[in-house]
Amino acid sequence: MSGTPLLSLAIWVPILAGLVVLATGSDRNAPLARMLSLLGAVAGLLVTIPLYTGFDVHTPAMQFVELRSWIPRFNVNYHLGVDGISMPFVILNSFITVTVVLAGWQVIESKVAQYNAGFLIMSGLMNGIFSALDGVLFYVFFEASLIPLYLIIGVWGGPNRVYAAFKFFLFTLFGSLLFLIALLYLFLASGGSFSILDWHQMPLALNAQVWLFLAFLIAFAVKVPMWPVHTWLPDAHVEAPTGGSIVLAAIALKLGAYGFLRFSLPITPDASHELAGLVIALSLIAIIYIGFVALVQDDMKKLVAYSSIAHMGFVTLGFFIFSAMGIEGALVQMISHGFVSGAMFFSIGVMYDRAHSRQIADYGGVVNTMPKFAAFFMLFAMANAGLPATSGFVGEFMVILASVKHNFWIAFAAATTMIVGAAYTLWMYKRVVFGAVANHHVAELTDINAREFLIFVLFAIGALGMGLYPQPFTEVMHSSVNELLHHVALSKIQ
Amino acid sequence: MEMQKLYLLVPLAPLVGAIIAGLFCRVIPRWVAHGVTIAGVAISCFASFLIYKDVMAGNTFNGPVYQWLTSGDYRFEVGFLIDQLSVTMMLVVTFVSLMVHIYTIGYMQDDPGYNRFFSYISLFTFSMLMLVMSNNFMQLFFGWEAVGLVSYLLIGFWYTRPTAIFANLKAFLVNRVGDFGFILGIGLVLTWFGTLDYAAVFAKAPAAADTTISLFGSGKGVELMTAICVLLFVGAMGKSAQVPLHVWLPDSMEGPTPISALIHAATMVTAGIFMVARMSPLFELSDTALSFVIVIGAVTALFMGFLGVIQNDIKRVVAYSTLSQLGYMTVALGASAYSVAIFHLMTHAFFKALLFLAAGSVIIGMHHDQDIRNMGGLRRYMPITWLTSLIGSLALIGTPFFAGFYSKDSIIEAVKLSHIPGSGFAYFAVMAGVFVTAFYSFRMYFLVFHGEERFGQTAHHAGHHDAPAAHTHHDAHAADADAAHHGHDAHHGADTGHGEHHGLAPGQKPHETPWVVTLPLILLAIPSVVIGYVAIGPMLFGGYFKDAIFVDEQAHPVMEELAHHFHGAFAMATHALTTAVFWLALAGVALSWFLYLRRPDIPEAVKSRFAPIYTLLDNKYYFDRFNEVFFAGGARLIGRGLWKGGDAGLIDGVIVNGSARFVGWFASVVRFFQTGHIYHYAFTMIIGVFVLMTLWVTRA
Repeated sequence: MSGTPLLSLAIWVPILAGLVVLATGSDRNAPLARMLSLLGAVAGLLVTIPLYTGFDVHTPAMQFVELRSWIPRFNVNYHLGVDGISMPFVILNSFITVTVVLAGWQVIESKVAQYNAGFLIMSGLMNGIFSALDGVLFYVFFEASLIPLYLIIGVWGGPNRVYAAFKFFLFTLFGSLLFLIALLYLFLASGGSFSILDWHQMPLALNAQVWLFLAFLIAFAVKVPMWPVHTWLPDAHVEAPTGGSIVLAAIALKLGAYGFLRFSLPITPDASHELAGLVIALSLIAIIYIGFVALVQDDMKKLVAYSSIAHMGFVTLGFFIFSAMGIEGALVQMISHGFVSGAMFFSIGVMYDRAHSRQIADYGGVVNTMPKFAAFFMLFAMANAGLPATSGFVGEFMVILASVKHNFWIAFAAATTMIVGAAYTLWMYKRVVFGAVANHHVAELTDINAREFLIFVLFAIGALGMGLYPQPFTEVMHSSVNELLHHVALSKIQ
Repeated sequence: MEMQKLYLLVPLAPLVGAIIAGLFCRVIPRWVAHGVTIAGVAISCFASFLIYKDVMAGNTFNGPVYQWLTSGDYRFEVGFLIDQLSVTMMLVVTFVSLMVHIYTIGYMQDDPGYNRFFSYISLFTFSMLMLVMSNNFMQLFFGWEAVGLVSYLLIGFWYTRPTAIFANLKAFLVNRVGDFGFILGIGLVLTWFGTLDYAAVFAKAPAAADTTISLFGSGKGVELMTAICVLLFVGAMGKSAQVPLHVWLPDSMEGPTPISALIHAATMVTAGIFMVARMSPLFELSDTALSFVIVIGAVTALFMGFLGVIQNDIKRVVAYSTLSQLGYMTVALGASAYSVAIFHLMTHAFFKALLFLAAGSVIIGMHHDQDIRNMGGLRRYMPITWLTSLIGSLALIGTPFFAGFYSKDSIIEAVKLSHIPGSGFAYFAVMAGVFVTAFYSFRMYFLVFHGEERFGQTAHHAGHHDAPAAHTHHDAHAADADAAHHGHDAHHGADTGHGEHHGLAPGQKPHETPWVVTLPLILLAIPSVVIGYVAIGPMLFGGYFKDAIFVDEQAHPVMEELAHHFHGAFAMATHALTTAVFWLALAGVALSWFLYLRRPDIPEAVKSRFAPIYTLLDNKYYFDRFNEVFFAGGARLIGRGLWKGGDAGLIDGVIVNGSARFVGWFASVVRFFQTGHIYHYAFTMIIGVFVLMTLWVTRA
């Protein structure tokens, strides 16, 4: 692959921009820090656009590949490349970074440079995760990305931020350790290769596959998060600043799901088939159990956090019914969830910035004082409830239809989200937005300003565009998903 | 090629109007909002008419507009199917919508949400057109949910009213229950036929007529077509408000009256009827599903009619009559008389829209009092409203020569000829329904337009069963700083308990409404009279629908036999004078005349004499109570249990914090060994050396 190293740019432009922002130092230079951050974020987004426009949809092979030796002694390489599964997430991540920088513009007033630098560096690291093709490189990015998020929650978070940050860190670290062991085992078993693509082709006994699969499962399940290792997420969201919640929901949750496609399915295909029932069961629990839990939340952020878990249940369900529509539906759901949950957390942030409460009971009749906001919030609430013409519908529709083919009753259980998802989202909307003005806090609310309007428009373009015309999104996935399914259908046991 | 652009114009013209009126609702003056939306719908209506003529000339169309999504072997497209069925629906939808748009200028003139309202009803028109013009299940579902969304927005249009925002949430969720079945039905279609395109599915379906699938483990399977049709029909039950998913429709009357006419009577609620007719090639393959359809329809037709008898809110009487009429249409579907169902859908759209808009006119004339017990003698003050209401009521009860007669009588005849299991019960239900319909329709008509003038009295019949609730509503309104948000029926009649604020002051008289209100009434009254007479011959027996509706003549020869009995529209009407149906309707009218104009004391006596039955009806058979306690309350209970017990108790309490506590406990035990005193360490060391030596010695 000749030409510009686009993936390196996607990783290092935001990181370097972050370091430059960090250099502006104290809050005296906050306006400069903000401008530089926005520039860095936009530049980071622009360098990812050629990944889409230059993408060859006809090949399942890795594209924009970069391969350099990094630690020759252990055969560790700086090996990057994207296929139809990972490429959309590099762009989504860079897009979300722009919205996050904008979202913190007037809200974050202390340690501005450090805050923005944290997000820019994290953005680069996450692009690294999605494009790494070397096990060690992947692991380094995977772990390093935890640090900025941990700091963002721990420094700019709410009153209980330290507990939440620790819980988040320990949960994910626990998963990561098992993941590291799995990587080392694969290194030895493959005769000294850290190449993920080599691991895909490597024969493995069923017994080894099962152990590897379980290690991967625990590592990724924590990130997704899947029931029952999900309880860190609501706490993390509640304490995180708005930008942290957006990144957490839009990108960080996708890392675990991406891991299933990059590691679990291709490396341990036989174990994936053997244990698919387990993952499907956990996914359905996430959809139903978590849906009911979301229904009774009093805190808006917790409610949306739980709804994220339920939506991610569709993703893992879609992966493990082994059909093209299931996997593509799950990928669509991941991208859609980036727009929709990002927008939901931003909406809550908009209210929190004004009234300093996330409790549903503290609101009522917001539409009277914030009509423009109410219109946008309605759009994203409906998208969260999976209304057609929004992106939220496409993924659910595909996964439900695909699972009918797999097993009617699995689809039956999953489709209950049509009712429960609408119930928790719209019930919250009713209590918060509709009704007469509930108290003087609501009476004093001011409608969204131009900056907030712009952010909402960005999210709305994503959610509506994908809902009305999802074909450009799924088109790039076809070759890679078909190749993956073909690969997973072949046994690796020799 | 030109026609295809015209097809596209039909849904897009109202969409453009909706977008302009919606996005700029805060900046544009009112005339722009109603101007662009009415222009959009008028264009759409005119284009539909051109398409109708083209279709009648034999030019149907089935093709994609754009490819929405491909995945695996599946393709999903947005596309149009233009045939006799869809063009009929397009005409009905755009015409009624246009009438309602014009009427809204008068009805909503004092409302601050004027522009927003026009945006919503145009958006609804777009969604409904996408639904009826679709050539595939995906787009059908899109339109299906989109009309649900607009219905949600419009029921909650006066968003400061607690009852309105309760009703719209309820409507959305109950519809979602239907959609839950609907999407599973679509999933089965895709699984078994590999496509969601109507034509392709219909072509493949007959081959699958004998296929069974095992849904309930081993043992005997379920017929595939039965499963598909019943699941699809569950969707129709939600949208078309069939028992037990009917509970949202009466509450939807919280919305402004124009949308009650457009969405909750004439068009959206008939989407389920349309869908089943569209799917006739599938339903014809399953007698079990048809039986299910006819029984559900019959229950709805009769039992919802009973509830109309005891309602005192003018809009709710019409709402229950809508439920009952939807039941009639469903019965026709179950009897394989799809064309009759569509025929009744069409006539009903005209006369029910008329009745609702007339009710709205009465509400304006009465200054927002909706309680029919406070009316009486209005015919002298509102002559146009009176006459058009009379026409609507006569059409509704099936008076010979009126539109409703031809469609309803055809349904009754079709059910009589049907041999589907359940058709016997359905025949009884629709016959009894005739009497009930005539009774409650004319009860309302007499109470509103005839008899003594009961308006303008200070003592209103306020506060009956939900009197305590009335105070909370009242308080909520008092707290509402923005009183301007209340539209016409923002405080409606005694049913929500604040009738005392509204209605006519003593000595004040009702007045006729402006021309923008009465013109649509007149324009709707015309088809309410003539459309049945004109259309029955061609539509039911003239092969109007051609291939758009499929009936298995061998298995369900209802339409064929019906055609034998049909000797022209005039003969049908004159023959009807000798049938039981006519005399039942007449008896209903006569009884209501006697009870409500001659002897008003009798209904009160009956009410107290049969108190248990009255209570049962007043509580609408306790469906609402049951849903609130069992489903809504149950879901919250489960949610709270899983949250506190599962997440907080078990996972966080025992496992997460438990393991943290375990580490803490372990550390605290180990800590005892780290005392910092040198003699403790020395002592421990000696013990250790001693143990090791002992081991070494004993081994040796």
